[in-house]
Amino acid sequence: MEGKPLPLFPQAARVALANTQLRRNMGKATGTIRDKRAAVVGEMPDWADLRAAGSAIKAEVMARLDEYLLQLEAAVQQAGGQVHWAGDATEANRIITDLVRAAGADRVVKVKSLTTDEIGLNAALATAGITAIETDLAELIIQLAGEKSSHILVPAIHKNRSEIRDLFRRTIAGGEDLSDEPRALAAVARRYLRAQFLSAPVAISGANFAIAGTGTICVVESEGNGRMCLTLPPTLITVMGIEKILPTFADLAVFLQLLPRSSTGERMNPYTSLWTGVTPGDGPQTFHLVLLDNGRTNVLADTVGRQTLHCIRCSACLNICPVYARTGGHAYGSVYPGPIGAILTPQLLGVDQAKSLPYASTLCGACYEVCPVAINIPQVLLHLRGQIAAHAGPRDPEAVAMRGLAAIFASPRRYRQAQRWARRGQRLFVRGGWIERLPGLLAGWTIARDLAPIPQQSFRDWWRTRQEEEAP
Amino acid sequence: MRVALFITCFNDTLFPNVGIATTRLLERLGQRVVFPQAQTCCGQMHYNSGYQREALPLVRHFVEVFGRAEAIVAPSASCVGMVRELYPQAAAHSGDPALIAAVAALTPRVYELSEFLVQRLGRTDVGAYYPHRVTYHPTCHSLRVLHVGEAPLQLLRAVKGIDLVELPNARECCGFGGTFAVKNADTSLAMLSDKMRAVLDTGAEMVCAADTSCLMQIGGGLHRQRAGVAPVHLAEILAATERSGA
Repeated sequence: MEGKPLPLFPQAARVALANTQLRRNMGKATGTIRDKRAAVVGEMPDWADLRAAGSAIKAEVMARLDEYLLQLEAAVQQAGGQVHWAGDATEANRIITDLVRAAGADRVVKVKSLTTDEIGLNAALATAGITAIETDLAELIIQLAGEKSSHILVPAIHKNRSEIRDLFRRTIAGGEDLSDEPRALAAVARRYLRAQFLSAPVAISGANFAIAGTGTICVVESEGNGRMCLTLPPTLITVMGIEKILPTFADLAVFLQLLPRSSTGERMNPYTSLWTGVTPGDGPQTFHLVLLDNGRTNVLADTVGRQTLHCIRCSACLNICPVYARTGGHAYGSVYPGPIGAILTPQLLGVDQAKSLPYASTLCGACYEVCPVAINIPQVLLHLRGQIAAHAGPRDPEAVAMRGLAAIFASPRRYRQAQRWARRGQRLFVRGGWIERLPGLLAGWTIARDLAPIPQQSFRDWWRTRQEEEAP
Repeated sequence: MRVALFITCFNDTLFPNVGIATTRLLERLGQRVVFPQAQTCCGQMHYNSGYQREALPLVRHFVEVFGRAEAIVAPSASCVGMVRELYPQAAAHSGDPALIAAVAALTPRVYELSEFLVQRLGRTDVGAYYPHRVTYHPTCHSLRVLHVGEAPLQLLRAVKGIDLVELPNARECCGFGGTFAVKNADTSLAMLSDKMRAVLDTGAEMVCAADTSCLMQIGGGLHRQRAGVAPVHLAEILAATERSGA
């Protein structure tokens, strides 16, 4: 995928960090989901085994993805569905637009789908004169507000209920006065959406899992809007990334335990929809499955980065991430925010397009610890940083500093000399026994932190002095 | 036991007192401490910033310097994490079978200080005396890379005179993250301000950790605020005795 580079994370984060309402909304929401997840994961005696199983199943899928994809295609066709292959976003959007037109529709209802956000489907449909209506409550909020999602699972996490009340008043409330009670807000959305479900000729969904052996597609959700979309309109189009495959139906048993506990902190999500092709007289009578690559085969080709494709989009890593909890999702500049976004986006777009994302982490490791399929996110972050640093220009200030320091550390003699120079050089910056202002690459440190000066005696000097004193 | 002290370049240069405390503590517990003077830097900063090619000579140097040591102990969880967790990756990436073998042989002998005391020596009461109100921040690399678990707290609880108070949201990162602290200074500071708020809420005089890098972050922020709460490394508390007059 080619495009213009994403905005730099440090600058984009600054906007969010300065927004007190957003900081409060984010801190509260991530803290709540974090605690819920910890409680329901903690009650599972075999969580470590489930996690290992989830990881192993995904590794197996990636190792033989080509075979599983063909198996899935055959099984879906066998069950009366049609399968389409899309190499990139443009191709996927063209296929879907053509399918909607062929159904004679100018309006579609949508189940929440990150994959359709990734390819910019709504905008592509709009260009073709087709209106896409998001039916997940939070997605609807985002759509009505003309904003972008800031969280994988709870896209409107950055908004509180009074902000939502104001938005509904301006849009779908039909002039009705509204309180900011969640029940009242949900009722307005329900009334609006119900009419859409009953009249839309086409529904578009993503997929949480697809079973290669049977051709069964699985969508999990909380609100029932998905069930409406998947059963009422006569035509159903499902878009899924090629990595969403599971080999057998039995594998679902592992993932339907891992996913809800990790994502919403529930033992089981309220709605789990499974369908296999078309069933005459029941549900949609036309089913299309669009299989999307859009950079995924590049990720697959990288033996370290490949584990990124194991992701089941649970968002546990977002909720636990101390960076995400403070910056929110928009700073990541992509539909995939947080730690998983910091490794997925650069791999899908190419690291050159998202150079600052692999550095948007302290490597604290909390994401790896909570990941239900054990994606070693810190390892992939370092792997991507390696690719970025390897291409740093010869005059890049950080690269120059790093190479200089590496040469110093490579020799004990140069290292000791550098310690002496640093001790002498720091005199320019020490005021009243502390360093309160530093230049260049280190200036960021002293925005709000002091630094104790380098002591006159290093540890090795102390050691040598002691040795000499002890010597006869 | 003959213990090779891996001081870390950071402590050697910026926090020599932590090295002195580690030496005195280990000697007090009957260990013979040696300091291989050719040691420099483990390469963590380079490796974590993406300069993995540049870090490789430092990996080789470390393996040469410490290769034959019986036990290697460092007062730094993140530097030990670099050696134990990332040296095998760096060696594998180099494709050099000799280095891969040398690293595999070396890593089981590398310990963070609290691990060495509790797991290897089986000591939790090290005879320390520290009459101060202290809160303990478990650093990310001690928790989630080394999995030291309760070891530092077991050691602190056994210190005479100490008033150990629990830190709220203790497991959350302080925002240091090496070059993250300057590259993403604003986000780093947002994380730091929450950590400082938690520290101040405890009413502690000292905030203790197993890494001076995190303490430089927390301590640097507290000093800028003139908060009157000082950072102290675990080794400094454990080295203090009634005779040393903590």
